Order: sequence, then structure tokens, then C-alpha cells
Amino acid sequence: MDAVQGYMYPNEVELQWSILIVLYPFITGLVAGAFILASLERVFNVHVVKPTYRLALLTALAFLIVAPLPLQLHLGHPERSLEMYFTPHTTSAMAMFGFVYLWYLMVVLVLEIWLDYRKDLVLAWRASRGVARWFYAVLCLGVDNISDEALRIDDKVGHTLTIIGIPSAFLLHGYVGFIFGSIKANPWWSTPLMPIVFLFSAMVSGIALVMLMYMAMSKLYRREIDVACVDKIAQYLFYAFIIDFTLEMIDLIHRVYESDESFRALDFMVHTRLFTSQIVLQIMVGTVVPLALLAVTQLFTIPSATRLRIYTVAGVLTLVGIFAMRWNVVIGGQLFSKSFLGYTTYKMQYVTREGLLPAIALLIAPFGILWLLVRLLPPWAPEPAAESGVVGKATV
Amino acid sequence: MDESRRKFLMGAGRLLVLTGAASVAWDAIVEGQPEQAPNYNTIDHWWGMVIDIEKCIGCGQCVRACKEENGVLLDDEHFRTWVERYVVDMDDPDHPLVDAPNGGYDGFPDLPGMPENIKTFFVPKLCNHCVDSPCVQVCPVGATFDSPDGVVLVDKDRCLGCRYCVQACPYGCRYIDPRTNTVDKCTLCYHRITKGLTTACCEVCPTGARMLGDLKNPKDPIHEFLRTHKVQVLKPQMATGSKTYYNGLDGSVR
Repeated sequence: MDAVQGYMYPNEVELQWSILIVLYPFITGLVAGAFILASLERVFNVHVVKPTYRLALLTALAFLIVAPLPLQLHLGHPERSLEMYFTPHTTSAMAMFGFVYLWYLMVVLVLEIWLDYRKDLVLAWRASRGVARWFYAVLCLGVDNISDEALRIDDKVGHTLTIIGIPSAFLLHGYVGFIFGSIKANPWWSTPLMPIVFLFSAMVSGIALVMLMYMAMSKLYRREIDVACVDKIAQYLFYAFIIDFTLEMIDLIHRVYESDESFRALDFMVHTRLFTSQIVLQIMVGTVVPLALLAVTQLFTIPSATRLRIYTVAGVLTLVGIFAMRWNVVIGGQLFSKSFLGYTTYKMQYVTREGLLPAIALLIAPFGILWLLVRLLPPWAPEPAAESGVVGKATV
Repeated sequence: MDESRRKFLMGAGRLLVLTGAASVAWDAIVEGQPEQAPNYNTIDHWWGMVIDIEKCIGCGQCVRACKEENGVLLDDEHFRTWVERYVVDMDDPDHPLVDAPNGGYDGFPDLPGMPENIKTFFVPKLCNHCVDSPCVQVCPVGATFDSPDGVVLVDKDRCLGCRYCVQACPYGCRYIDPRTNTVDKCTLCYHRITKGLTTACCEVCPTGARMLGDLKNPKDPIHEFLRTHKVQVLKPQMATGSKTYYNGLDGSVR
């Protein structure tokens, strides 16, 4: 038992939640953040970010489809997971996940995307033949009414949905934070700040992801980057990040000042086993550096090409930092004994069900889904000369 | 002997030995539904345990008996009960030296080279069968539940293996059994106590350091013990309503 230092209760030596459970809050955070960015345009009328509206929704959907997979892979009996829907235990924070997830997926995201794309889909239905025609007919649910009145109703319902969607996105990720924050047995997790910290870190990661995706997609499809749009997104990223960092620092200062019975153990852990992932990756590389970079773009006049490069670096580092934050919460919370007398080590497996390989596959999967979604539902407005997928062609 | 004749003889023999009511009770117990048994009413019992630290000698009999009785994995990372040895240096009482080699299964080796100014004692641990169990609270499908007689049990046919309850238990009493991929923990030998027996660990304890108690039975000696001793539960600040009471619990024990 070289991995153990000091004394762990014997049942604690093996970690219960692996890298897959790190992915779970990371991915749901990206979903919630991407959606909140999308809602900026629609509800708060920030029109300058409109070029990313549809992309943000599709990104959220692609990641949301993958979100339950790490949980499913992690379960000892995945075939019983539907029991959470059929016989949920009402006092369990975890039992609500299925319902929160379904609500968010079906009522908010799918419906909002469908309403937004309905006109495009109907036009594609009319223009296509054979199997594709059937396919689009099904996607349109057999309704091809795109009169001005119908589209006006679509827009109104979509607007209402977005308004419902914002608290839903808050609920989705605040709830994920609650799953950890409500465990009184674990002082590393147990804080009422946890849902709020999760929420703001979700916004940070989602905004950074959509910003990067927008720039990457524009490069990939040889479309001009709307610099004003990226500037605005970077600005929001900066603000959200400041709030997120402040909350995390409040939590840290509170813990240090209060110094309760768990403090000595947690402090030791942060200075040893979590030093690289917490101090170096999460706080320095993943928070202070991107915040400084974003601050530079806010304070100084910098040529747009350089600015975009800075945003790219800041965005990537932000994602690294938020991933490290999820890692430090999930894995860090299991490295110390609940006796506060010892520490264990996470031995990551590789080609096993809960290993690194499936984790990498699960991180890549949303991009594959997004690629499909973008082909099916091009996120940008059709341009006369644009060759941007089936719907785009149909609407030309 | 053919099958039907054997069945007849066994049935007849059982009828002779047991009364009709006891026979029904036996069937219910064999089926794992003691609450159906007419002579074991779950609502008539409320189980708890007393552990007298003054009496524990760290022999590990309880750990061995538990593993044997309940088929617990014989490695050093899965225990329904285990014993910890505390060595408290009186010059530094906040930092006790604690060990539990193989959960105390093999007893404890001597600790050479210890300073004079120390106190040592053994602390047996097991599921505290809390009244307000965090593990029961968090189970998403109700696979972990409170029995009406105050025992926290796991329905292995419902457990998802999500491990949330393992995280929620403040005492480290739960683990995933790799053979079933479901959670496992002390059942207070439910299969024994519902037949009027005591738990395996209490049965074999040579010093009587562990005592099963029925808190609803006014004649149970546990009442006298609790009245005449100053007892404490582990981590009282967790407010879990633990029903495992320790006599002589040192403040250094976590």
C-alpha cells in the first residue's frame, strides 16, 4: 500500500469516482455555459453575438447528448439506470439528475433548436427528394406551415423557451454542484458555495468553448470572423471569469480563516498531491494567466489579428483550468481520509471501462456529434454564394 | 430416494419438529422476509450496538468472524467491520498514530520503539446503523434503506453501483463488492438477529467488548449499560443518529 500515506479507513483506499466523474461536471458545465451565451442574444438583445447563437445551441446539444455517458459507463449496473426514472428516491440529490437532464434536453434545447431551424427544415423538405424528403418531413413533424404568422409564433415560443432555459441552465449546473456540495461527510465538497461556483465556472467554460468553436469553425469553413462578436464574447468571458475566481477565492479564504478540523488535512493535500493540478494548472495556468490575457485585451488597443490569437490562448487555458477545477473537486475530494489522518493516490487506469481511453473518446465524441449537427443544421445564415450543407443549399 | 418421497419425508419431519406457526416463520426467514414471520415482528425491535473500548484487546476475532459469516472478500480493502489501533502521544494528542493492518484481521504486531508517554487502545468500527443515515438519504433508487427494526440494509437487486452512498458515509463503512458491482456493508448480521441469534462479531468477541442491543426490548441489558456508562457516538457533529455507542471513546478518535 505505497499509495497510502498516514491512515485511511480500509474501505477508503480505493477511489470510488474516477476520471469519468470528472468529465460529468466538465461536460454539463460546457452545456450550461454555451446555452447561457446563446440566451444573451435572444433574451438580453446582445445582437453583436448573434453569429454564435446557433453554434452555441448546437454545441450545447452535442455535449448534452454525451453528458450522461460517463455516468452510464461508471455505474456498476448500467442496465438498472432507468430505475432512477421509474422509482426515484425523492430524498436523493442524484435521483433528480434524470429529470433535470430530460427537461433540459427535450424541453429546452431540442425544442428551441427545432423552432429556430423550422423554417430552414421546411424549405429543405420542399427542395429535397427521395429518402431525404422523408427525413426532413419527419424532422418537421409533417408540418410545412412557414407563413409569417407561423414564424412569428415560432419566434415568440422560442423567446419564451429561452427565458425558461436560463433558469434551467442554472438549475442543471447548480444542481451538479449540489450533488457534491450537499455531502456533509466530505469537507472538501460540503459548502453551499459549491453550486454557485459550479455555475459560474460552467459559464466560463461554456463561453470559452463557444468562442473557440466559432473561431475554429470560421477558419474551417473559410468564413470571415466577426471580430466585434468575438470581442464581446471575450468581454463576457472576462466578466464571468472574475466572478468565478472571486467566488473560489472567497471559498478558499473562508476555509483558511475558519481553519476547522479538516483544514490541516486539506491544506496538506493542496500543498502536496494536488499542488500541480490545483495551484499550477487550475489557479496559475488556468485562471490567472487567461484572466491577465483577457485583461490586456480590455485595457490596451491591440490589432485584431493579435487580439484573436490572445483570445485563442486564453480560451484554451480557460478550458484547461476548468477541467483542472473539476478534477480537483472530484478526485481531490477522495484523496484524503474522512479520518483526516491520511491520504491515498488516484491510480488512473487506461484501457478499461473507467480508464483514460474511454475518457478521451467521450471528450472527442461531442465534436463528432457537433460536426454532424453542423452539416445537418448549418449554424450560419445562408449567403448567396455559400456552399454550407444541405439546408444551406436548399435555402439559396 | 426419489425426489417426491424425500420432499414428503422432509416436510413431515419439519411438521413434527416445528409447530405450524414456526414453520411459517421459518419459510419467511429462509426467503429473507422476516417481517412476514409471525414470531419476529420488525416493529418490536430497534437494533443498536455497544462497543466497550476498555475491553477490546485487538485480537481481530470479530473481523475474521465477520468475513467468514458474511462472505466478505479476504483482501485488505474490503471490510464490514475492522479494528483500528490508536497510539496517542500525550505530548501531541492531536496527532494520533493510527493503524489497522489488514483491518485488524490478523491481530496487531507489536510497536517497538514507542515513547513512554503514550496511551494506546483499539477501536472496532462497523456501520453505525444511523437513524438519519446520509447513505439512505442519497441513494438515487432507494436500494439502501432503513429496515423497520433500525438496521440499514442494501437491496443488491436494486443497487446501481453509483457509489454515491460510499461518498456520503462519514465513517468509511461502505465499499463496492467487485463480485457483484453493488455496494456492501455491515447488515448487523440481519440473517442471524432475526432468528434470535447475536451478530457474528459479538458472538466471537472473547472479552464481550461488542454487545448487540435491542433498544425496544426493556429487558435488554443494553439499557442498563447505557444508563451506567458515559457513552459517545463517532463524529457526533455529523448528526446522523448513530446507534453504535462507544464506551471509553477517546477524543482523538475519528
